[in-house]
Amino acid sequence: MMPKSTKRKQREVFGATLAECGGKNRNIVALNADLSSSTKTSTFAAVPECRTRFWNMGIAEANMMCVAAGLATTGKIVVASTFAVFATGRAYDQIRQSIAYPNLDVKIVASHAGITVGGDGASHQTIEDIALMRALPNMRVVVPCDGVETRAITEAILNIPGPFYMRMGRTDTPDILDEGTPWHLGRAMTLADGEDVTFVAIGIMVGEALKARALLAGEGVSARVVNMSSIKPIDHDTIVKAAKDTGAIVTAEEHSIIGGVGSAVCEVVAEEYRAPVRRVGIRDVFGQSGEVDELMRAYGLTADNLVRTAHDVMKERA
Amino acid sequence: MDGPIRLLDERWSWARGTFFKRGWDKGLARPRGPWRAARAHLGGGSTLKHIDDISRLKEIARDVRRNILLMTHAAGSGHPGGSMSATDLLVCLYFDVMRHDPGNPTWPGRDRFVLSKGHAAPALYCVLAECGYFSKDLLPSLRKFGSPLQGHPDMKRLPGIEMSTGSLGQGLSVAVGMALGGKLDGADNHVYCLIGDGESQEGQIWEAAMAAAHNRLDNLTAILDENRLQIDGPTEQIMSVPNQRARWKAFGWDAHVINGHDYEAILKALRKPKEEGVPRMIVAQTVKGKGVGFMENQVKFHGQPLTDAEMERALKELEGTA
Repeated sequence: MMPKSTKRKQREVFGATLAECGGKNRNIVALNADLSSSTKTSTFAAVPECRTRFWNMGIAEANMMCVAAGLATTGKIVVASTFAVFATGRAYDQIRQSIAYPNLDVKIVASHAGITVGGDGASHQTIEDIALMRALPNMRVVVPCDGVETRAITEAILNIPGPFYMRMGRTDTPDILDEGTPWHLGRAMTLADGEDVTFVAIGIMVGEALKARALLAGEGVSARVVNMSSIKPIDHDTIVKAAKDTGAIVTAEEHSIIGGVGSAVCEVVAEEYRAPVRRVGIRDVFGQSGEVDELMRAYGLTADNLVRTAHDVMKERA
Repeated sequence: MDGPIRLLDERWSWARGTFFKRGWDKGLARPRGPWRAARAHLGGGSTLKHIDDISRLKEIARDVRRNILLMTHAAGSGHPGGSMSATDLLVCLYFDVMRHDPGNPTWPGRDRFVLSKGHAAPALYCVLAECGYFSKDLLPSLRKFGSPLQGHPDMKRLPGIEMSTGSLGQGLSVAVGMALGGKLDGADNHVYCLIGDGESQEGQIWEAAMAAAHNRLDNLTAILDENRLQIDGPTEQIMSVPNQRARWKAFGWDAHVINGHDYEAILKALRKPKEEGVPRMIVAQTVKGKGVGFMENQVKFHGQPLTDAEMERALKELEGTA
């Protein structure tokens, strides 16, 4: 399996799916903080039967999250969207106190996560959002890898009560999954099997992991690729199986190596089945302005770096 | 998604013993049962018979204040001062103004109340118990392990609590969300929210103020418990928040200033017909620790319960009132 040549923006797929679901379910409402054209909740707002169920809350993210909570208490399924850096950072306490603690039906769907925001620079590049959301009781954390999965996850979380954090990037991502691939909360997808090492990847790094697998295959190394789109709840069985079967794991994420999917995998491996793990991600630094490709290379988010890291971790295999 | 709310738990039943051991329960009114019964006692209907009925509301408020002191004393912590400044406002809301049914706390047509200044939880718990949402026997379990009476209100543990609060500045935004939901559903209910004057130092209050006016939420009434004290001292020394009426008017609200312990004024302000498309703010000038002389306007009683000796004095003073 390899990334396909078709590319889409996840947020566009999200907006279209939300509009479609909103047309069918009158309980779905959406909020935005002056970024509806970027997060694509504008697509929902443009549907005539959804228009009255959309509120632009202006540049006031804290208020937006609590308004979302209030709407949820009246029986609505609430989607609150803005850039990931503001959704999780600026409004963290509001999410903690008014959404996660009372376990309300609010879906925080954020775009422009990670360094691939590009030119806007570090102020807009969250590398800690998964860590923040993952630590909150009641909160579920999901990261689609492509347009197909974005659609499946959007539909799924609108049908599962309680809080969710869904993270998307800004850039086009190549399609990876086949149209109609089902998605289940708490279940990882093994995209390609292998025996020598496992890549556990999320988001844009799933494609890089598949490329790395192809490069390793040329060297006679067989790598498994797991898409861990459901980071919380996480799929313990798939991680333990990877540790047992391949004896070495490399995690890959466009997020800090502290608190993201790398940490989540290490937690499972440390407690349930020991195997060497290496984390590929942002190494505890802030990002900077630049083109997507430049930034991915500068911070080691490439297939080449995954290959090097795989060789390192395989040396440690028992 | 959540299990039924558990109200009784053996683990803290001992707390009731400490509550009653000094005989402080003597003279306490028996639980009054559902709100409708109390309403019937008040004469029912929408017009309040001023002299008799207000004296009845004051009696309820006296019991609420007594219970606030008892439960915070039993807990060894909590916020009696700000609970007592808000007591008269809460009694008027729950026993006269709001439409609600203690026998059916999730009745969709109910008015909603959000205690944004969540640290005044003891006052809300006492009022809800007076209404009959749960037994007064629960009051001494405040802040005890396993109790549904958490230090700050938890909507998942106690019936009648509309929103979990405690982190200041958030409840008014939640009330805005409730009011938007009501408008969307074409509901005719009303949303009330109590905030503190110290709390109005939080920027989010003004984000919510902006959002309520922008969305023309005439189904929202906010009440400001302006007791002029916060934990570290007088608001004017810590961070001045003067001219509240002018502030709220400038944000597009219909704003009124009243004496927050004058029942006629409170009821008049809360019952005033709504102005179409405009949210309402009632700035209630209050006294922290209201009802017990030595507690009034004393900053130390913001977050400190009384000693045994102070309790005796306070209860004696309350007995002579109302």
